[in-house]
Amino acid sequence: MRSKRTVFENRRIQLVFWVVLALCYLLGIFFVGLGVKESAYGICFEDKFLAPSLRHPFGTDGLGRDMFFRCMKGLSTSMVIGILAAVVSSFLALVMGILSAVLGGFVDKFINWAVDLCMGLPHIVLLLLISFMMGKGMKGVTIAVALTHWPALTRLVRSEVLQIRSSLYVQTAYRMGKSPYQVAVTHMIPHVLPTYVIGLILLFPHAIMHEAAITFLGFGLPAEMPAIGVILSEAMNHIAAGKWWLALFPGLLLLTVVVLFDVIGDNLKKLWNPQSGNQ
Amino acid sequence: MNGKKIFTELLRMVCLLAAVSLVAFLLITNAPIDPLVSYVGTNSTLSPEAKEEIAEYWGLKESLPKRFLTWAGHALQGDLGTSITYKKPVAQVIGERFSYSFVLMLAAWILSSFLGFFLGIVCGLYQEGIFDRCIKVFCLILKSAPTFWIGLLLLSLFAVKLGWFPIGMAAPIGKLSSEVALGDRIYHLILPVLTLTLVSISETTLYTRQKLVEILSSDFILYARARGENRRQLVFRHILKNVALPAITVQFSSFSELFGGMALAENVFAYPGIGTAITAAALNGDVPLLLGIAVFSGLFVFSGNLIANILYGVLDPRIREGEAL
Amino acid sequence: MKKENILKVEDLTVSFSRYQKGFHKTSLEVIHSLSLEVNSGEIVAVVGSSGSGKSLLAHAVLQLLPQNAKTKGEILYRGNSLGEKQSRKLLGREISFIPQSVDYLDPLMRVGAQVQGVYGTKERQQMLFQQFGLAQDTQQKYPFQLSGGMARRVLISAALMENAKLMIADEPTPGLSVDLAMDTLKYFRNVADQGAGVLLITHDIDLALQVADRIAVFYAGTILELAPTEDFVKGGQALRHPYSRAFMSALPQNEFQPLAGSQPYAGNLPKGCLFAQRCSLCDEQCKSEDAALMRQVAGGKVRCIHAIDQDRNREIGNRHQAMAGI
Repeated sequence: MRSKRTVFENRRIQLVFWVVLALCYLLGIFFVGLGVKESAYGICFEDKFLAPSLRHPFGTDGLGRDMFFRCMKGLSTSMVIGILAAVVSSFLALVMGILSAVLGGFVDKFINWAVDLCMGLPHIVLLLLISFMMGKGMKGVTIAVALTHWPALTRLVRSEVLQIRSSLYVQTAYRMGKSPYQVAVTHMIPHVLPTYVIGLILLFPHAIMHEAAITFLGFGLPAEMPAIGVILSEAMNHIAAGKWWLALFPGLLLLTVVVLFDVIGDNLKKLWNPQSGNQ
Repeated sequence: MNGKKIFTELLRMVCLLAAVSLVAFLLITNAPIDPLVSYVGTNSTLSPEAKEEIAEYWGLKESLPKRFLTWAGHALQGDLGTSITYKKPVAQVIGERFSYSFVLMLAAWILSSFLGFFLGIVCGLYQEGIFDRCIKVFCLILKSAPTFWIGLLLLSLFAVKLGWFPIGMAAPIGKLSSEVALGDRIYHLILPVLTLTLVSISETTLYTRQKLVEILSSDFILYARARGENRRQLVFRHILKNVALPAITVQFSSFSELFGGMALAENVFAYPGIGTAITAAALNGDVPLLLGIAVFSGLFVFSGNLIANILYGVLDPRIREGEAL
Repeated sequence: MKKENILKVEDLTVSFSRYQKGFHKTSLEVIHSLSLEVNSGEIVAVVGSSGSGKSLLAHAVLQLLPQNAKTKGEILYRGNSLGEKQSRKLLGREISFIPQSVDYLDPLMRVGAQVQGVYGTKERQQMLFQQFGLAQDTQQKYPFQLSGGMARRVLISAALMENAKLMIADEPTPGLSVDLAMDTLKYFRNVADQGAGVLLITHDIDLALQVADRIAVFYAGTILELAPTEDFVKGGQALRHPYSRAFMSALPQNEFQPLAGSQPYAGNLPKGCLFAQRCSLCDEQCKSEDAALMRQVAGGKVRCIHAIDQDRNREIGNRHQAMAGI
């Protein structure tokens, strides 16, 4: 009858705990990476191909560069690109999703069509083409990643808005003479905000992975920049020689970042929507 | 699903494919790469007049819309131009390369579909059990791992450290493709297939599991239990069918991810399929090949979606017999 | 025929655990110390407005509540405790269930096979379809192809596949024409007359009046009054609980007076009598724990602390009437 506190209430505190922990880790990597000086991973031929040790936790590469600091630097670059992409793509998704649902008709058809179009090519191919058009390099990959991650979130926002569009209070707002713009700002955006924020967070890992993939294929960040894609692409040449650490640790670091973004997104989803926590 | 519906769906897809080709064309032709330079090389000794002549011959002087129409017209007749990289007609390059990629994708697709479905069903039935937890963590990690990294790890473990498998290529170096035995081909295929399977399996498993969990709490399962069906009967009479229906269609609509994974896996293993061809084309500024492969990949994705739509119509009685009512 | 106790529910409490916004896991009690008996040859109707948790009572008896539900109290089937293990042997054979809607059928399985279930035969299914006026091609159809009335008859045929000793029907008649509804009720009567017990869960008091032997009034997760159907037919002072009286007088054929207010939400129940907030007889006593207890009054059971006085008043009233008649 009365709300009963049980032992299990800890579970929600657990969720928050994981979110905070993951956030600390990510911010840690981000700021440490930003602060890494170029000299930390400078070329040092005496130290080439050192296996992981206390001095070089991730070992060194063929030019004797410290892999740990190269990875940190590279990841923070990836995260900057990821944030940029997530912000741009999610903004596009928010605007298009709302427009599509509110205006309906031709606009809706057109936006749906654009979503289908964008999903019509394999994502990797689309990224490659855009990057190719921009003449490769950092600018190309950033723009490619930023401009191609909106379709799924657009669909999500659209269906969310469609749901409340028919609801009573939105109908009332219309009848009271509010303009579509006012309704969108005062009713719809607050309603889709949770979906939007979670979608935004879950966009990061995709963006980061795609950046790494395109860079790995040689169309992203230039070879002289420290980046996970570059590092793994170089590692490919030394794998046959048994330099396993060149591949293992950079990938593992990228993996933890991606997993933690997912953890944050999923836990926030559970916190926001208590029902899903019942299982 | 009747003929008319299939026809409109087909028409919609053809339109989209045309639009996809146009987008690909615009992206590629706007690249700061001179196809002429890619063709003759940067330090060629050709006279400006000769270059002019080639440009004329290729129609590079025409306006963009006209160039697109010319390209599309030729493409419809099966002429996608000539690859600069491979010095062969693009259609032929795609055909040869795709036969390699097709085997790779097919094997990985079948393996990941069946294995993923099976794992998903077991996980869903024994929710929150040890097996379920382990598989779930495994899938979440796999889902977040870059394809090429998994490929590199497999390569360094099985090919370098253990020496069980070759380091790359589809066949031993120095043999003509006609001399390569089937066994050799398969031997060289195992690691790329394993990579692609590992990458694709997590989505299938997690999707199947989630669908199963949804279905387990549905009213019709409650009713079936109320009528005395035991767990086994529930699984075989109701659950498998109801989970398989959406899972199959999802498998077909995931051709886009499959293609992406294939491209990355092929590049790790230097496997001579379409994935290595597209990177080579882009690196060499091989415009005709790049455009050809891009459009081909679009066709690949669309055919997956089309099969998914048709299958849904065939397998789901609500659509199959819906119109008859 | 000797009356046998088929189903006995004693002090049944069902609660769900769930998360609310924030960090609390709360348990929500949806059924509170509910007691009920169904004897052989008897139809007991549980009547209450939609959304009061009646279906959960059926699911609880069938041992089919979801994982996050907790039950207390006891359920006895023919004198033996009915747990998950025992029910597995009885469901579909001795205990049958008629669900609310066609959504309870597997959308991808043909109707005939579903009606046969795992224990039935094709012959019996075809015979039942004929009895209920379902064309033979119905068995080849999928649930989505059934009309409301057809779905209903299909579900009822499924329940009659085996000779059940206990039949639980959850809203079996909406969507049926008056004739078909009456036919269905006759079937329930037949089933009961052959010695089974029928638990009929419905929001339709008219239906209950037609066919039930006893009626239980369900309110906010428990039974407020359980009495022979005659008392409900008589209405007014023959009933023990103010809610039953209000419920009956809200009917179109009676005064058609709706009752103000609404049922309390399961997460926010008052202390003591659950009906107190809407009751005209409510006083301080009604807020004590004692007020919520079920007591035996004049051949029925009721959860009302004032019922005893009412009963005496009624007797006094009857005596007055009798005297006046002389």
